[in-house]
Amino acid sequence: MKILIIIPAYNEEASLPGVIQDLKEHIPAADVLVVNDGSIDDTAQIARKINVKVLDLPFNLGIGGAVQSGFLYAERNGYDIAVQFDGDGQHLAGEINKLIEPIVTKQADLVVGSRFLAIGRYRAPIFRKMGIAIFSFILSRILGITVTDSTSGFRAANRRVIEFFAHTYPDDYPEVEALVLLHKVGLRMTEVPVTMRERTGGRSSITPTRSAYYMTKVLMAIFIDLMKKVR
Amino acid sequence: MDVLKIMAIVGCGSGLIVIVELIRRGQLKERYALLWLFAGIILLVFSLSRDLLEYVASLVGIYYPPSLLFLLAFLFLMLITLHFSSVISELSEKNKQLAQELALLRQEMVEGMGRSMDKHVAKD
Repeated sequence: MKILIIIPAYNEEASLPGVIQDLKEHIPAADVLVVNDGSIDDTAQIARKINVKVLDLPFNLGIGGAVQSGFLYAERNGYDIAVQFDGDGQHLAGEINKLIEPIVTKQADLVVGSRFLAIGRYRAPIFRKMGIAIFSFILSRILGITVTDSTSGFRAANRRVIEFFAHTYPDDYPEVEALVLLHKVGLRMTEVPVTMRERTGGRSSITPTRSAYYMTKVLMAIFIDLMKKVR
Repeated sequence: MDVLKIMAIVGCGSGLIVIVELIRRGQLKERYALLWLFAGIILLVFSLSRDLLEYVASLVGIYYPPSLLFLLAFLFLMLITLHFSSVISELSEKNKQLAQELALLRQEMVEGMGRSMDKHVAKD
Protein backbone atom coordinates (compact mmCIF):
# COMPACT_ATOMS: atom_id res chain seq x y z
CA MET A 1 0.00 0.00 0.00
CA LYS A 2 1.38 3.37 -1.04
CA ILE A 3 0.90 5.92 1.74
CA LEU A 4 1.37 9.67 1.43
CA ILE A 5 1.51 11.98 4.42
CA ILE A 6 0.39 15.47 3.48
CA ILE A 7 1.63 18.33 5.67
CA PRO A 8 0.07 21.70 4.83
CA ALA A 9 2.59 24.26 6.05
CA TYR A 10 2.39 28.02 6.38
CA ASN A 11 5.46 29.50 8.10
CA GLU A 12 6.40 26.29 9.94
CA GLU A 13 10.19 26.37 9.52
CA ALA A 14 10.72 26.00 13.29
CA SER A 15 8.61 22.89 13.88
CA LEU A 16 8.86 21.16 10.49
CA PRO A 17 12.20 19.31 10.92
CA GLY A 18 11.01 17.75 14.19
CA VAL A 19 7.67 16.73 12.73
CA ILE A 20 9.27 15.07 9.71
CA GLN A 21 11.89 13.31 11.86
CA ASP A 22 9.02 11.93 13.95
CA LEU A 23 7.18 10.70 10.87
CA LYS A 24 10.24 8.99 9.42
CA GLU A 25 10.83 7.17 12.68
CA HIS A 26 7.29 5.98 13.21
CA ILE A 27 6.16 5.25 9.70
CA PRO A 28 9.23 4.90 7.47
CA ALA A 29 7.34 3.24 4.61
CA ALA A 30 5.26 6.33 3.88
CA ASP A 31 6.21 9.23 1.62
CA VAL A 32 6.07 12.68 3.16
CA LEU A 33 4.78 15.65 1.16
CA VAL A 34 5.07 19.19 2.49
CA VAL A 35 2.71 21.67 0.86
CA ASN A 36 4.24 25.10 1.32
CA ASP A 37 1.31 27.51 1.19
CA GLY A 38 3.17 30.65 0.18
CA SER A 39 5.14 30.93 3.44
CA ILE A 40 7.23 34.03 3.99
CA ASP A 41 9.85 32.09 5.97
CA ASP A 42 12.12 29.27 4.75
CA THR A 43 9.56 26.45 5.03
CA ALA A 44 10.09 25.29 1.43
CA GLN A 45 13.90 25.41 1.50
CA ILE A 46 14.04 23.53 4.80
CA ALA A 47 11.65 20.86 3.51
CA ARG A 48 13.74 20.40 0.34
CA LYS A 49 16.90 20.10 2.42
CA ILE A 50 15.51 17.26 4.55
CA ASN A 51 14.65 15.41 1.40
CA VAL A 52 10.90 15.14 1.42
CA LYS A 53 8.55 15.87 -1.46
CA VAL A 54 7.52 19.51 -1.65
CA LEU A 55 4.67 21.28 -3.36
CA ASP A 56 5.70 24.91 -3.43
CA LEU A 57 2.60 27.02 -4.07
CA PRO A 58 3.46 30.36 -5.71
CA PHE A 59 1.19 32.27 -3.30
CA ASN A 60 -1.01 31.62 -0.28
CA LEU A 61 -4.14 29.63 -1.19
CA GLY A 62 -5.42 29.03 2.32
CA ILE A 63 -5.65 25.67 4.07
CA GLY A 64 -8.29 24.27 1.68
CA GLY A 65 -6.32 24.91 -1.51
CA ALA A 66 -3.10 23.67 0.11
CA VAL A 67 -4.56 20.39 1.33
CA GLN A 68 -6.27 19.83 -2.00
CA SER A 69 -2.90 20.19 -3.76
CA GLY A 70 -1.72 17.29 -1.63
CA PHE A 71 -4.70 15.17 -2.68
CA LEU A 72 -4.02 16.06 -6.33
CA TYR A 73 -0.45 14.80 -5.91
CA ALA A 74 -1.72 11.62 -4.25
CA GLU A 75 -4.23 11.07 -7.04
CA ARG A 76 -1.76 11.53 -9.87
CA ASN A 77 0.96 9.42 -8.30
CA GLY A 78 -1.23 6.44 -7.46
CA TYR A 79 -1.30 6.56 -3.67
CA ASP A 80 -3.76 4.26 -1.89
CA ILE A 81 -3.93 6.24 1.34
CA ALA A 82 -3.36 9.92 2.08
CA VAL A 83 -2.91 11.16 5.64
CA GLN A 84 -3.37 14.83 6.49
CA PHE A 85 -0.98 15.82 9.27
CA ASP A 86 -0.30 19.19 10.91
CA GLY A 87 3.11 20.83 10.57
CA ASP A 88 3.04 22.47 14.00
CA GLY A 89 3.73 19.31 15.96
CA GLN A 90 0.35 18.87 17.63
CA HIS A 91 -0.38 15.51 15.99
CA LEU A 92 1.47 12.37 17.04
CA ALA A 93 3.15 10.37 14.27
CA GLY A 94 2.80 7.21 16.37
CA GLU A 95 -0.98 7.36 15.97
CA ILE A 96 -1.06 7.27 12.17
CA ASN A 97 -1.32 3.48 12.14
CA LYS A 98 -4.45 3.73 14.26
CA LEU A 99 -5.92 6.13 11.72
CA ILE A 100 -5.10 3.93 8.76
CA GLU A 101 -6.47 0.72 10.22
CA PRO A 102 -10.19 1.25 9.49
CA ILE A 103 -9.21 2.01 5.88
CA VAL A 104 -7.12 -1.13 5.51
CA THR A 105 -9.96 -3.22 6.92
CA LYS A 106 -12.37 -1.34 4.62
CA GLN A 107 -14.57 -0.11 7.45
CA ALA A 108 -14.44 3.51 6.39
CA ASP A 109 -13.37 5.74 3.51
CA LEU A 110 -12.22 8.63 5.70
CA VAL A 111 -10.92 8.36 9.25
CA VAL A 112 -10.76 11.40 11.51
CA GLY A 113 -8.61 11.54 14.64
CA SER A 114 -10.80 12.84 17.46
CA ARG A 115 -9.49 14.61 20.56
CA PHE A 116 -12.73 13.97 22.43
CA LEU A 117 -12.88 10.20 22.21
CA ALA A 118 -9.56 9.80 24.01
CA ILE A 119 -9.05 9.29 27.73
CA GLY A 120 -6.60 12.16 28.09
CA ARG A 121 -8.66 15.33 28.35
CA TYR A 122 -8.02 17.91 25.71
CA ARG A 123 -8.11 21.42 27.11
CA ALA A 124 -9.45 24.00 24.69
CA PRO A 125 -10.59 27.58 25.12
CA ILE A 126 -14.29 27.80 26.01
CA PHE A 127 -15.24 29.47 22.70
CA ARG A 128 -13.63 26.76 20.65
CA LYS A 129 -15.28 24.07 22.77
CA MET A 130 -18.69 25.65 22.24
CA GLY A 131 -18.12 25.90 18.53
CA ILE A 132 -16.99 22.32 18.26
CA ALA A 133 -20.04 21.17 20.26
CA ILE A 134 -22.43 22.99 17.92
CA PHE A 135 -20.76 21.61 14.78
CA SER A 136 -20.80 18.13 16.27
CA PHE A 137 -24.51 18.37 16.99
CA ILE A 138 -25.43 19.57 13.49
CA LEU A 139 -23.08 17.20 11.69
CA SER A 140 -24.26 14.24 13.70
CA ARG A 141 -27.82 15.03 12.55
CA ILE A 142 -26.80 15.40 8.90
CA LEU A 143 -24.48 12.42 8.74
CA GLY A 144 -26.61 10.17 10.92
CA ILE A 145 -23.60 9.06 12.98
CA THR A 146 -21.98 10.60 16.03
CA VAL A 147 -19.25 13.07 15.14
CA THR A 148 -17.27 14.38 18.11
CA ASP A 149 -14.44 16.34 16.48
CA SER A 150 -15.44 17.69 13.09
CA THR A 151 -12.71 20.35 12.98
CA SER A 152 -9.83 17.94 13.51
CA GLY A 153 -7.18 18.22 10.81
CA PHE A 154 -5.70 14.79 11.53
CA ARG A 155 -7.31 12.47 8.97
CA ALA A 156 -6.66 9.55 6.68
CA ALA A 157 -8.33 9.06 3.30
CA ASN A 158 -8.60 6.05 1.03
CA ARG A 159 -8.27 6.08 -2.76
CA ARG A 160 -11.93 6.96 -3.41
CA VAL A 161 -11.75 9.96 -1.08
CA ILE A 162 -8.42 11.02 -2.62
CA GLU A 163 -10.02 11.01 -6.07
CA PHE A 164 -13.04 12.96 -4.83
CA PHE A 165 -11.03 15.60 -2.93
CA ALA A 166 -8.69 16.05 -5.88
CA HIS A 167 -11.50 17.77 -7.77
CA THR A 168 -13.85 18.93 -5.00
CA TYR A 169 -12.53 20.45 -1.80
CA PRO A 170 -13.81 23.46 0.17
CA ASP A 171 -11.67 26.60 0.39
CA ASP A 172 -11.63 28.54 3.61
CA TYR A 173 -12.39 26.35 6.63
CA PRO A 174 -12.55 23.00 4.90
CA GLU A 175 -12.57 20.35 7.64
CA VAL A 176 -16.26 20.48 8.56
CA GLU A 177 -17.53 21.06 5.03
CA ALA A 178 -15.46 18.21 3.63
CA LEU A 179 -17.39 15.78 5.85
CA VAL A 180 -20.73 17.03 4.52
CA LEU A 181 -19.54 16.72 0.91
CA LEU A 182 -18.28 13.17 1.48
CA HIS A 183 -21.62 12.23 3.00
CA LYS A 184 -23.41 13.59 -0.07
CA VAL A 185 -21.49 11.32 -2.42
CA GLY A 186 -22.06 8.35 -0.13
CA LEU A 187 -18.56 7.93 1.32
CA ARG A 188 -18.34 6.73 4.92
CA MET A 189 -16.36 8.40 7.70
CA THR A 190 -15.44 7.20 11.15
CA GLU A 191 -13.51 8.60 14.11
CA VAL A 192 -10.73 7.11 16.18
CA PRO A 193 -9.49 8.54 19.48
CA VAL A 194 -6.19 10.41 19.35
CA THR A 195 -4.31 12.66 21.73
CA MET A 196 -2.96 15.99 20.64
CA ARG A 197 0.01 17.81 22.04
CA GLU A 198 -0.56 21.18 23.58
CA ARG A 199 0.90 23.98 21.56
CA THR A 200 4.55 24.46 22.51
CA GLY A 201 5.36 27.69 20.75
CA GLY A 202 3.40 30.42 19.05
CA ARG A 203 -0.16 31.51 19.63
CA SER A 204 -3.36 30.08 18.27
CA SER A 205 -4.80 32.22 15.51
CA ILE A 206 -8.27 31.76 17.02
CA THR A 207 -9.75 34.66 19.02
CA PRO A 208 -13.37 34.96 20.25
CA THR A 209 -14.29 37.35 17.43
CA ARG A 210 -12.71 35.10 14.87
CA SER A 211 -14.41 32.04 16.32
CA ALA A 212 -17.79 33.74 15.96
CA TYR A 213 -17.01 34.67 12.37
CA TYR A 214 -15.70 31.18 11.68
CA MET A 215 -18.82 29.56 13.13
CA THR A 216 -21.25 31.68 11.16
CA LYS A 217 -19.33 31.14 7.98
CA VAL A 218 -19.03 27.38 8.38
CA LEU A 219 -22.69 26.99 9.37
CA MET A 220 -23.77 28.86 6.26
CA ALA A 221 -21.34 26.86 4.17
CA ILE A 222 -22.77 23.59 5.51
CA PHE A 223 -26.26 24.53 4.35
CA ILE A 224 -24.96 25.68 0.98
CA ASP A 225 -23.09 22.38 0.66
CA LEU A 226 -26.34 20.54 1.31
CA MET A 227 -27.92 22.35 -1.65
CA LYS A 228 -24.90 22.07 -3.91
CA LYS A 229 -24.69 19.73 -6.85
CA VAL A 230 -21.82 17.34 -6.18
CA ARG A 231 -20.61 14.67 -8.52
CA MET B 1 -37.72 69.53 -24.04
CA ASP B 2 -37.30 69.61 -20.32
CA VAL B 3 -33.95 69.66 -18.56
CA LEU B 4 -34.40 66.21 -17.05
CA LYS B 5 -34.91 64.69 -20.49
CA ILE B 6 -31.77 66.35 -21.86
CA MET B 7 -29.76 65.21 -18.87
CA ALA B 8 -31.02 61.64 -19.23
CA ILE B 9 -30.23 61.54 -22.95
CA VAL B 10 -26.77 63.04 -22.52
CA GLY B 11 -26.05 60.65 -19.62
CA CYS B 12 -27.16 57.50 -21.44
CA GLY B 13 -25.65 58.59 -24.74
CA SER B 14 -22.21 59.32 -23.36
CA GLY B 15 -22.35 56.08 -21.33
CA LEU B 16 -23.07 54.12 -24.51
CA ILE B 17 -20.25 55.89 -26.39
CA VAL B 18 -17.78 54.98 -23.65
CA ILE B 19 -18.92 51.33 -23.70
CA VAL B 20 -18.64 51.06 -27.49
CA GLU B 21 -15.24 52.73 -27.48
CA LEU B 22 -13.96 50.31 -24.80
CA ILE B 23 -15.14 47.34 -26.87
CA ARG B 24 -13.53 48.80 -30.00
CA ARG B 25 -10.19 49.16 -28.22
CA GLY B 26 -10.44 45.63 -26.91
CA GLN B 27 -10.48 46.81 -23.29
CA LEU B 28 -13.89 45.29 -22.63
CA LYS B 29 -14.67 41.75 -23.72
CA GLU B 30 -17.96 41.39 -25.59
CA ARG B 31 -19.06 38.83 -23.04
CA TYR B 32 -19.06 41.41 -20.25
CA ALA B 33 -20.09 44.30 -22.51
CA LEU B 34 -23.44 42.78 -23.49
CA LEU B 35 -25.15 43.56 -20.18
CA TRP B 36 -23.81 47.10 -20.18
CA LEU B 37 -24.90 47.71 -23.79
CA PHE B 38 -28.33 46.29 -23.09
CA ALA B 39 -28.72 48.49 -19.99
CA GLY B 40 -27.55 51.59 -21.86
CA ILE B 41 -29.91 51.06 -24.78
CA ILE B 42 -33.00 50.40 -22.64
CA LEU B 43 -32.34 53.50 -20.54
CA LEU B 44 -31.71 55.59 -23.67
CA VAL B 45 -35.00 54.49 -25.24
CA PHE B 46 -36.90 55.48 -22.10
CA SER B 47 -35.10 58.83 -21.93
CA LEU B 48 -35.96 59.61 -25.56
CA SER B 49 -39.64 58.84 -25.35
CA ARG B 50 -41.40 60.48 -22.45
CA ASP B 51 -44.67 58.89 -23.62
CA LEU B 52 -43.28 55.38 -23.44
CA LEU B 53 -41.80 56.11 -20.03
CA GLU B 54 -45.11 57.46 -18.74
CA TYR B 55 -47.04 54.56 -20.23
CA VAL B 56 -44.83 51.88 -18.67
CA ALA B 57 -44.69 53.76 -15.36
CA SER B 58 -48.49 53.91 -15.18
CA LEU B 59 -48.67 50.21 -16.10
CA VAL B 60 -46.61 49.23 -13.04
CA GLY B 61 -48.18 51.93 -10.83
CA ILE B 62 -45.29 54.40 -10.58
CA TYR B 63 -46.65 57.94 -10.14
CA TYR B 64 -43.47 59.86 -10.86
CA PRO B 65 -42.26 58.45 -14.23
CA PRO B 66 -38.55 59.38 -13.94
CA SER B 67 -38.27 57.13 -10.90
CA LEU B 68 -38.86 54.25 -13.33
CA LEU B 69 -35.50 55.23 -14.86
CA PHE B 70 -33.86 55.05 -11.43
CA LEU B 71 -35.49 51.72 -10.72
CA LEU B 72 -34.28 50.26 -14.02
CA ALA B 73 -30.77 51.63 -13.53
CA PHE B 74 -30.69 50.17 -10.02
CA LEU B 75 -31.88 46.75 -11.20
CA PHE B 76 -29.30 46.68 -13.97
CA LEU B 77 -26.54 47.59 -11.50
CA MET B 78 -27.63 44.76 -9.20
CA LEU B 79 -27.64 42.34 -12.12
CA ILE B 80 -24.20 43.46 -13.29
CA THR B 81 -22.72 43.17 -9.78
CA LEU B 82 -24.14 39.68 -9.44
CA HIS B 83 -22.66 38.81 -12.80
CA PHE B 84 -19.28 40.09 -11.56
CA SER B 85 -19.49 37.98 -8.41
CA SER B 86 -20.02 34.89 -10.50
CA VAL B 87 -17.18 35.82 -12.87
CA ILE B 88 -14.84 36.45 -9.91
CA SER B 89 -15.75 33.09 -8.36
CA GLU B 90 -14.95 31.34 -11.61
CA LEU B 91 -11.69 33.25 -11.98
CA SER B 92 -10.54 32.52 -8.42
CA GLU B 93 -11.23 28.79 -8.95
CA LYS B 94 -9.14 28.85 -12.12
CA ASN B 95 -6.45 30.87 -10.34
CA LYS B 96 -6.26 28.25 -7.59
CA GLN B 97 -6.01 25.45 -10.14
CA LEU B 98 -3.18 27.25 -11.93
CA ALA B 99 -1.24 27.69 -8.67
CA GLN B 100 -1.70 23.99 -7.83
CA GLU B 101 -0.69 22.90 -11.33
CA LEU B 102 2.45 25.05 -11.09
CA ALA B 103 3.44 23.54 -7.74
CA LEU B 104 2.81 19.99 -9.05
CA LEU B 105 4.89 20.67 -12.18
CA ARG B 106 7.79 22.07 -10.13
CA GLN B 107 7.85 18.96 -7.95
CA GLU B 108 7.62 16.72 -11.03
CA MET B 109 10.65 18.51 -12.41
CA VAL B 110 12.62 18.06 -9.17
CA GLU B 111 11.74 14.35 -9.10
CA GLY B 112 12.62 13.94 -12.78
CA MET B 113 16.00 15.61 -12.22
CA GLY B 114 16.65 13.35 -9.24
CA ARG B 115 15.99 10.28 -11.35
CA SER B 116 18.30 11.32 -14.19
CA MET B 117 21.00 12.16 -11.63
CA ASP B 118 20.67 8.65 -10.20
CA LYS B 119 21.12 7.16 -13.68
CA HIS B 120 24.23 9.28 -14.10
CA VAL B 121 25.72 8.05 -10.87
CA ALA B 122 24.89 4.44 -11.77
CA LYS B 123 26.72 4.80 -15.10
CA ASP B 124 29.86 6.14 -13.43
